Amino acid sequence: MSTHVDGSPCRLADLTPDSLRNTVVRKEKLSPVLTLLEINAPLIARSARAGQFVMVWSGEHSERIPLTLSDWNADKGTITIIFQEVGRGTMELGRFDIGQDIPSISGPLGHPTEIENYGTAVVIGGGVGTAIARPVALAMKNAGNHVITIIGAREKSLIILEDEMRAIADEQFITTDDGSYGRKGLVTDALKDIMDAQKVNIVVAIGPLPMMRFVAKTTEPYGVKTIVSLDPIMIDGTGMCGGCRVTVGGKTMFTCVDGPDFDAHQVDWDELKSRKAFYFDEEKAARESLTAGGAK
Amino acid sequence: MAKGGPRNSMPQQDAAARAKNFDEVALGYSEATALDEAERCLNCKTKPCVQGCPVNIDIPAFVDLMKQKDFAGAANVIKKTNSLPAICGRVCPQENQCEKFCVLGKKGDAVAVGRLERFAADWQAANSNGSKASFKPEHSELANYKVAVVGSGPAGLTVAGDLAKIGYTVTIFEALHKTGGVLRYGIPEFRLPRTILDREVEYVKSLGVTIFTDIIVGRTFKVEDLLEQGFDAVFVGSGAGAPKMLGIPGENLSGIYSGNEWLTRINLMRAHRREYATPIRMPKHVCVVGAGNTAMDCTRTALRVGAEKVTIVYRRGREEMPARGEEIENAEHEGVVFKLLTNPVKFIGDEKGAVKGMECLQMELGEPDASGRRRPVAVQGSEFEIECDTVIVALGQNPNPLIRTTTDGLTCQSWGGICINEETGMTSIPGVFAGGDAVTGEATVISAMGAGKVAAAGIDGYIREKHGIS
Ligand SMILES: Cc1cc2nc3c(=O)[nH]c(=O)nc-3n(C[C@H](O)[C@H](O)[C@H](O)COP(=O)(O)OP(=O)(O)OC[C@H]3O[C@@H](n4cnc5c(N)ncnc54)[C@H](O)[C@@H]3O)c2cc1C
Ligand SMILES: Cc1cc2nc3c(=O)[nH]c(=O)nc-3n(C[C@H](O)[C@H](O)[C@H](O)COP(=O)(O)OP(=O)(O)OC[C@H]3O[C@@H](n4cnc5c(N)ncnc54)[C@H](O)[C@@H]3O)c2cc1C
Ligand code: SF4
Ligand code: SF4
Ligand code: FES
Repeated sequence: MSTHVDGSPCRLADLTPDSLRNTVVRKEKLSPVLTLLEINAPLIARSARAGQFVMVWSGEHSERIPLTLSDWNADKGTITIIFQEVGRGTMELGRFDIGQDIPSISGPLGHPTEIENYGTAVVIGGGVGTAIARPVALAMKNAGNHVITIIGAREKSLIILEDEMRAIADEQFITTDDGSYGRKGLVTDALKDIMDAQKVNIVVAIGPLPMMRFVAKTTEPYGVKTIVSLDPIMIDGTGMCGGCRVTVGGKTMFTCVDGPDFDAHQVDWDELKSRKAFYFDEEKAARESLTAGGAK
Repeated sequence: MAKGGPRNSMPQQDAAARAKNFDEVALGYSEATALDEAERCLNCKTKPCVQGCPVNIDIPAFVDLMKQKDFAGAANVIKKTNSLPAICGRVCPQENQCEKFCVLGKKGDAVAVGRLERFAADWQAANSNGSKASFKPEHSELANYKVAVVGSGPAGLTVAGDLAKIGYTVTIFEALHKTGGVLRYGIPEFRLPRTILDREVEYVKSLGVTIFTDIIVGRTFKVEDLLEQGFDAVFVGSGAGAPKMLGIPGENLSGIYSGNEWLTRINLMRAHRREYATPIRMPKHVCVVGAGNTAMDCTRTALRVGAEKVTIVYRRGREEMPARGEEIENAEHEGVVFKLLTNPVKFIGDEKGAVKGMECLQMELGEPDASGRRRPVAVQGSEFEIECDTVIVALGQNPNPLIRTTTDGLTCQSWGGICINEETGMTSIPGVFAGGDAVTGEATVISAMGAGKVAAAGIDGYIREKHGIS
């Protein structure tokens, strides 16, 4: 095979700058704060596996930010990212439209999630984490697992990919903090009931830090292997800076090359939380300058 | 006047002023000073200085042209073997290389070879009329053969430039969104202005080299994919980019950076400039652990972003500091404090998990160790605390394991360096070559370029032999 379906070359020696332009081919607003971009990135699409991420840079003044691949299509040569517009980097990314090129996307980075036939696998997505959990659930299903999915969010409008997840799952549960949809409560309430009712062999939880932390706490007494996808601050994403350091099982790990998946019961959550919060004031200033219409 | 006279000193920005800006510190010789310095050279027949230069620049020949004011001619002599003279003239540790072997150095001061090289290169750049002489490769028939280069640091740029000049079709794959490797993300612009780096990269491109950024070989695709998908040879110049940490308690508190992270935030992401989004917390008291070139760059950068106090914390003595003497002096003049014979044993955090100090031990020097330097030994009961809100751990780098762990059959040293045939640069995999920091561990710009030259010749030989081209 020497060309993609769109005719662009894909033999590495024949690559042209044009064939590697990160052109946005689809854009959707999944919720008031969640944006989906499908982007031409043939080389990344060919190598991508569940659990891996890309580093995205929106232009000269922007930050490099890590975003997990929520889908990819090797034949079409595209990848899909879903992100929450929380700060300047994600807001700048959200401004790209169909037909525009994103200046820099590199990946796929990190180790893929370890997929095997564990038996029964519970895959939990919290908020935007659901977008990342979907390919993991799919890979678990394809490996022969009985897959139970739990989607959690603060309220109904923040639930995403409900149908896509249901299509994969053998059983699906939805929880909202305010009870506006599904069961009122936290994902851990649903998880506990599942573990009380049946033998669970593995739990994969992806979402906000407090959610992952409580999932870890919930599964620990049951002795169920629990994997989380950590999201510290990153800069290069290639193992060069050590900014993404986390302590797991008493050892220092670089999340971008040693992770991003780790054993939830071994993670030093307090340290991760404090490292993530370190630039709170600076990030706030950057975000405000952007919403005010100019650079920081 | 110049013969027998002292070496001409390098004009510099005033120390107090420069510690607050990112402009180049060393201002460069004027034409008169350059001529005067060139006159000091004895044009030795045996050319002792040349053996100290990893790329064997014909030093007496170029200096001789400078004496005749033929600066362009001088630059051309240099460029025969060194395609990045404006960079090397600035960042080579000349005192350990060419200048170390200069006969004048035996009794007095060596000829300032590096400064002359810089002058010639800058003169040529400033005085070329902009119209680039259209470039013709030596063997255009070789354009059918394709070489992939991994990494756009000095090693990769050199291999690419050399092979393009011969006539090969060369593609560089770079992991980051910008080119240059350590030259961009590590060495600060007050030592190596970005315009100069950009100019050198443009030169390599003008030779017909294609550069793709954002490609992480080992992840985006593997080294073997390059060989299977149309490349005749691959050069791995991925550098030594993985930072060493101390491994002491509290090292992952917020506010503790590796040298790489600190420098990358500022040099690559430009976090110190208001219009750039990458954040940096304004430090008050910065402690930099280590005393190599990276450590000096970190201290001087910290001063420039506005730190009130910057301290080097180093477990050995002044004599043992591995950084270039010139850089240590520069740091000192700019106001960096040196806390020597001091070894951090643990970091202390505040209630938010941010560093607020470090506990150190006083050291004294004992017997020489394997490196020949006197081994530091802790003084019993000498624990004391240093207050600080930012710590930069600058202990050097290990090779990044990404390529090693994703390339089957690539033989490496136990510490991670890629093994090569010294004469050709070829690795254990036929057609795959390597050089620079990826092979040697952290070394110098010019040694990476020297390795690039060897590998370019090795690749040329390999492709010719394989395809029966004479
Ligand atoms: C491996 C990895 C994969 C990721 N995948 C995704 C993904 O698929 N989709 C996605 O939306 N995000 C993902 N993230 C998080 C994403 O990278 C950050 O949200 C992004 O970097 C924020 O950049 P910013 O400049 O927009 O906001 P910043 O200005 O950096 O931050 C704005 C505010 O948001 C807070 N914040 C930052 N990161 C997070 C976070 N992860 N969760 C909650 N609050 C945060 C900050 O504390 C700050 O208050 C991932 C992170 C990692 C490390
Ligand atoms: C702060 C600092 C200051 C220094 N000061 C000096 C000095 O004054 N003088 C001096 O002579 N030397 C100095 N050095 C050392 C010198 O910079 C290095 O020895 C030199 O840059 C090595 O060149 P290289 O081409 O081998 O690697 P690098 O410059 O490290 O370049 C490697 C390139 O490969 C890329 N890469 C890595 N992995 C991959 C991958 N998997 N796929 C694609 N691309 C990849 C990297 O992003 C990088 O761009 C300094 C080093 C540092 C860190
Ligand atoms: S390249 Fe470096 S070592 Fe060689 S002559 Fe120039 S300054 Fe000296
Ligand atoms: S050794 Fe010194 S004096 Fe002799 S040619 Fe070289 S630079 Fe000139
Ligand atoms: S982000 Fe720099 S090492 Fe992981």
